[in-house]
Amino acid sequence: MRRSITIILVILRKEFLQIFRNRGMLPIIFIMPFIQLLILSNAATFDVKNVPFHLQDFDRSSLSAKLAEQFTGSGYFRLTGESFGSTQAIGELVGRRADLVLVIPKDFERDLEVSGSAPVQLVINAEDGFSAGVIQGYTSQIIADFNREHRALFSAAGAGRVFPEIRIKSSAWYNPELEYSHYMVPGILVILVTMVGLFLSGMNVVREKEVGTIDQINVTPVRSTEFIAGKILPFWIIGLGELSLGLFIARFVFHVPMQGSYLLVYLVASIYLLVVLGMGLLISTVTETQQQAMFIAWFFMVIFTLLSGLFTSIESMPHWARNMTMFNPVRHFVDIMRRVMLKGSGLAEISRPLLILCAYAVAMLSLAVNRYRKVSA
Amino acid sequence: MADAVIHTENLTRKFGAFTAVDAISFSIGRGEIFGFLGANGAGKTTAMKMLTGLLRPTSGSASVAGFDVRSEPEKIKQNIGYMSQRFSLYEDLSPKENIRFWGGIYGLDRKTLREKSARLLEALDLQEAADTRLSSLPLGWKQKLAFSVAQLHEPKIVFLDEPTGGVDPVTRRRFWDMIYETADNGITVFVTTHYMDEAEYCDRISIMVDGRMAAIGTPDALKDEFGVSSIDDLFIRLVRPTPIE
Repeated sequence: MRRSITIILVILRKEFLQIFRNRGMLPIIFIMPFIQLLILSNAATFDVKNVPFHLQDFDRSSLSAKLAEQFTGSGYFRLTGESFGSTQAIGELVGRRADLVLVIPKDFERDLEVSGSAPVQLVINAEDGFSAGVIQGYTSQIIADFNREHRALFSAAGAGRVFPEIRIKSSAWYNPELEYSHYMVPGILVILVTMVGLFLSGMNVVREKEVGTIDQINVTPVRSTEFIAGKILPFWIIGLGELSLGLFIARFVFHVPMQGSYLLVYLVASIYLLVVLGMGLLISTVTETQQQAMFIAWFFMVIFTLLSGLFTSIESMPHWARNMTMFNPVRHFVDIMRRVMLKGSGLAEISRPLLILCAYAVAMLSLAVNRYRKVSA
Repeated sequence: MADAVIHTENLTRKFGAFTAVDAISFSIGRGEIFGFLGANGAGKTTAMKMLTGLLRPTSGSASVAGFDVRSEPEKIKQNIGYMSQRFSLYEDLSPKENIRFWGGIYGLDRKTLREKSARLLEALDLQEAADTRLSSLPLGWKQKLAFSVAQLHEPKIVFLDEPTGGVDPVTRRRFWDMIYETADNGITVFVTTHYMDEAEYCDRISIMVDGRMAAIGTPDALKDEFGVSSIDDLFIRLVRPTPIE
């Protein structure tokens, strides 16, 4: 046992020497992830703002002008042009100079005054279905506000009467300001830790194969478990360091709250890193060149990220895909991070995904140790 | 051979239908310098891999340093040193760091390592370069260092796989001085080479042809036996049995 620990430390020391001596590697470990964190967390947003907006006001009344003003004044829409021919508006949509066209027909004001209702047409560019949905949400809200303000005034029947009204006031729990970054940062942090861990460990053993030092290692009495442990430990330490820096940025740059305990986050991360590093070493032992290892690592990275629930909600995936995400370690860690950081979930609440990660870690490590064979059959 | 440190009997390795090593039997004694010759693809590397515990034999048996290659490969590894044709120290580490790593892997404690490291660097005249990266040292120095590193744990046998490839004759000669010194200390040296002048330096040599051992003996005895004047001629005769007219 004592001998094993000494040998593991010898490997650990050597790995650290090599990592810190590799000028190409250092920026990948320490700079790239944080640039990504800063850029992605700020840029990857579902908020729809500054939608280019085209107006066709055939009524040209004071009321139609008021409606148009509510659109432009809402902050969501930016008026890019006005026209009066029906083909022009389509040209604007096709040319992507507008994503929303508001058509106010002639006699809008008169109809509203006389009958209490008047149609308007909204044409929304739905290439991107998600944004179109959000735009539609905004427009109905603006029109509802407009109605509320003017209904009493112009309804012939309702002059002087107070209309009963149901107002829905919603409050968002666990992310009260609906800060998009609060939701994204914990998840992106997981991706960064995963990426660095998977690539570093995935490139590692295969590099020793490429330069030939693996033969030299294999003629020594070092055990597979010692070798794998010595290889995992440095990246495990780097991974946790990376997470710490990330959490620091989350707290002081993005002001993401930490409702749960940091201790729990680190506990989960230590187990999670074993999964990722075990997987990386497994890739490394079954490949012959760094390119092969890189491609396989990318393959898994892309699938894991897309099926992680980071950008798209898992609940809206088809049934089979939802089942598949259960085998995705990234999904579980993203889930746990959000729950712990935003909701303050404790060990009991996250025990299920945590157990899955534990099982995964055991499986990956035993596979990696097993696949790394010093003696060829 | 009474005190044989390597002993094989009908050692065979097949890869599918191809027989890379075909029932070779030989013994090598303590402190002997044994030259393992053969054309490329004759099965030298495969045989060496079996003897160093990297590859399991298909049939036959072999013992190295008193341990069976099939059942005790890890015990063999504690007792052998190895230096391969692909230069096998870490180029991005310094000589000192390499010594520390490889010694540590064999379980040498810090104090022993420090002493050995100092002695070794002095013997190789590498004190000034002790902390520079290996990649900036000349190949000859790196090979000498690799040979010394392979002996840090005081093995009974060192396996050298084309140790002098790519260096000049003077450096080669100095390397062989080191080999003699090692053998004088009672360590067996098992060496493969393509240089026929080096074959003459060996106590005994063997020549492999198509997986079989075509000749084995002292260089002089073999020259007499086959009626040739040099190992070079012997090699060409065995590897290409029908002389080109």
